[in-house]
Amino acid sequence: MQHLVHLHHLLYVASGARHALAAVAASTPGTVGNPIYYHIVNLGALTYGLAAIGPGVGIGLIFGRTIESIARQPEAAGRVTGLMWIGFALTESLALIGIAVPFFIK
Amino acid sequence: MNHVVAAGAAGSCHIFSGCGFPSPSIEDFYFTPLFKVGPVAFGKPGLLLLLSTLIVVAFFFAAFRRPQLVPRGAQNLGEMGVLFVRDQILRPQLGKSGDKWLPFLVSLFFFIWVNNIMGIIPILYFPAMSKYGYPVALAGMVWLIYMGLGIKKQGVGGYFRTLAIPSGSPWWILPLLIPIEIFSNVFVRPFTLSVRLFANMLAGHVLLLVFSLATWYLLTFSIGLLFSATSFIVLILVTALEVLVQALQAFIFTILTATYISGAYEAAH
Repeated sequence: MQHLVHLHHLLYVASGARHALAAVAASTPGTVGNPIYYHIVNLGALTYGLAAIGPGVGIGLIFGRTIESIARQPEAAGRVTGLMWIGFALTESLALIGIAVPFFIK
Repeated sequence: MNHVVAAGAAGSCHIFSGCGFPSPSIEDFYFTPLFKVGPVAFGKPGLLLLLSTLIVVAFFFAAFRRPQLVPRGAQNLGEMGVLFVRDQILRPQLGKSGDKWLPFLVSLFFFIWVNNIMGIIPILYFPAMSKYGYPVALAGMVWLIYMGLGIKKQGVGGYFRTLAIPSGSPWWILPLLIPIEIFSNVFVRPFTLSVRLFANMLAGHVLLLVFSLATWYLLTFSIGLLFSATSFIVLILVTALEVLVQALQAFIFTILTATYISGAYEAAH
């Protein structure tokens, strides 16, 4: 913890970033400038970034397979499209839980 | 938009004028109550819920008040709505004998959809489902329905056997599978049902807030004008995306409700 404090003091002096960091701590949504949380990286944004990897792959798979199946059998397009929307919403919900969590878990 | 409206009303919070970007936060979702009826305080989200209830009830009342054999006007639209729910949501999950669930599913679908649409209607501009309590209430109601119905139809042991053991699973995996399935079907289902609707509406509203705030914030007589115009165009595109997401989330909530109810009647195949 001491090393962290010294490092940041150095950064303040070196880059003159004191006002910027104070502004960041003051304008961070929903917290009261928790020092460990937002000093180096915005954990809320990092949370969402990591949470979006899986659903990104998943949604790509869903839509790709749908396009493939409609290309193989155009008569099934109606049925397959309906199932595609259901699969999309269920997969998307995981990414959206990731974007909502930093708002209520601080 | 309480604190942000204050900043905008001050009139001078643009870029290059010293104040930082008034980014949207969780404070934008808290509204001061407008009036109290006894112990119940009504703010903007509560009033929007009541308004959407009135809209749905008034529309279907006007549509089916004097039904004609050849529909015209509001009855046409009402029939299109009801038939959409019946053929796309109810019949695939519950079959023809499930038609008694049609009023419930139609009300659920249109209630959620009208509430979501309020997120992009001017002056209203708030999707009531982005306050977590309201989707929790809906998902809790659905949970009570499918748990109660399952226990009534199949008995406590029978229904938990239906929930816990998917058909065709080998006996040696059951000690691992049963706790996972029970946890998933009894506890995780209402949670994801509510959070899916809530998080979609929250994220959509935050996106709209970011781009509308950016349009205002960048509006200066400099290069900011170009960025402000771009932000406005993106705001319009995001609004179009919201139209899709709102209808889709109402559809998904309703079709999952129908699936869970059908799972309560009989084992899923």
